[in-house]
Amino acid sequence: MSGLKRGSIAVVGAAESDLGQVAPHTSPVDLMAQATMRALDDCGLKLSDIDGVFSAATQVRTAPMTLAEYLRIKPRFFDGTAIGGSSFMAHVSHTQAAIEHGLCEVALIAYGSTQRSVSRAAASPRERNPYEDPYRPFMPTSAYALAASRHMHQYGTTREQLAEVAVAARQWALLNPKAWEKEPLTIEQVLNARMVSYPFTVRDCCLVVDGGGAIILTSAARAKSLRKKPAYVLGVGESLSHATISNMPDLTVTAAAESGPNAFGMAKLKPADVDMISLYDAFTITPILFLEDLGFCPKGEGGHFVSGGAIAPGGKYAVNTSGGGLSYCHPGMYGLLVMIEAIRQVRGECGTRQVKDCEVALAHGNGGVLSSQCTVIFGSESTL
Amino acid sequence: MQDLMKQSPFGAYLEHLNKGELAYQVADDGKAVFFPRAVAPGTGSSNLQWRVSKGLGTVYATTVVYAKDQPPLNVALIDLDEGFRMMSRVEDIDPMQVKIGMRVKFRVHPGDEKQPPYPVFTPAGGDT
Repeated sequence: MSGLKRGSIAVVGAAESDLGQVAPHTSPVDLMAQATMRALDDCGLKLSDIDGVFSAATQVRTAPMTLAEYLRIKPRFFDGTAIGGSSFMAHVSHTQAAIEHGLCEVALIAYGSTQRSVSRAAASPRERNPYEDPYRPFMPTSAYALAASRHMHQYGTTREQLAEVAVAARQWALLNPKAWEKEPLTIEQVLNARMVSYPFTVRDCCLVVDGGGAIILTSAARAKSLRKKPAYVLGVGESLSHATISNMPDLTVTAAAESGPNAFGMAKLKPADVDMISLYDAFTITPILFLEDLGFCPKGEGGHFVSGGAIAPGGKYAVNTSGGGLSYCHPGMYGLLVMIEAIRQVRGECGTRQVKDCEVALAHGNGGVLSSQCTVIFGSESTL
Repeated sequence: MQDLMKQSPFGAYLEHLNKGELAYQVADDGKAVFFPRAVAPGTGSSNLQWRVSKGLGTVYATTVVYAKDQPPLNVALIDLDEGFRMMSRVEDIDPMQVKIGMRVKFRVHPGDEKQPPYPVFTPAGGDT
């Protein structure tokens, strides 16, 4: 049972930074700052209105502090919760607590990465682990591959079903002018691409690009007076189950099975009420796991659920309409961009990929190696 | 209580490996604990007993890593019969032929000057 109030805050501004491959020597904080100004412009607020700063980035250890210095703002509340790619969903939950309790009024959540420019190894140095390092897993990919192996063994999920996720993402990406990938993709191309960590080829894995984003949140009362339609925060849920893949209790069940019901409980909604689903697709197995754990289909049926173009444009379910981490962009900790697409769908700003009458959008973030799972449900004014 | 001024949990584990043993801990409730810790997970109890595993287990999950200019390498999660799970590698077999449910047995990989000894597994015959 959440102590937070359904719809008490809203996202009022949202923007990406430049995405793809940025100019040499661009810093992750340059990207955060650029996205922040675009998000402020989106809602009509000023830098001096921001009194809460939430940020996490693998290249910036003290992100809220470093960003506040760059922007020369003096937040009275800040939070650098860093639990991987789902950090920003956790930041939304913490923002809601802070705003409800008067600790801040206008919150900025920001992220930036230059992992394509400086290399993934340099952008996200891994912590040493004497119980895993000797086996030279290709992390994080091998951890997700282990989970996929288990799902395939237990439920008969196939490599073709995994490839369906990548192909659907690509079809959505072709409708998104900001997407990194511009060419169509087939199931055969996914299966025949370079093998990275079985059962994943490089096409089962998310992109490695530079980029970032920012969102601005404030109270529901203040949100009404701003430039754009607010995307109200109807429900939030946060959960962790492990840090290392060796210690994940069941490789076929993620903590989304807790964060999802918590978010739905707070939102007083059920999966069937969701018009658009935005899931962290680090690898093709992750949307399958999250669709099951969040309650969109029974456990074990995710592979079947995504088959036959069911999550592609024109399919039964609108999933990852941006093209996702697989085809739109993936600058490391991608969770903030997972939310930005859900927010835009609720606002009706998605052009040719817009989901008709999108009133409720769910954004689900994943961090570490299926370790941290955080869910945010956004709704339009009609859902209040 | 592990006296961290004298020996780390990993240090004690390594000492066993140097003797050719795969060690794990047992908590007050009799359940196996792995990775080794200074206090028991869940309870915080300082009463953690070291045990030596019989070294027999079952493959729980498996992948094959294809690194540039390297032969394919197996990475697996192994469920030991004593009730703990660890990451390891199954050797003496084509990495793609390592299957979930396969029975495996422990041996020590000697490591090298940079890498201390570590446990690996080989097929033990049969599956579950």
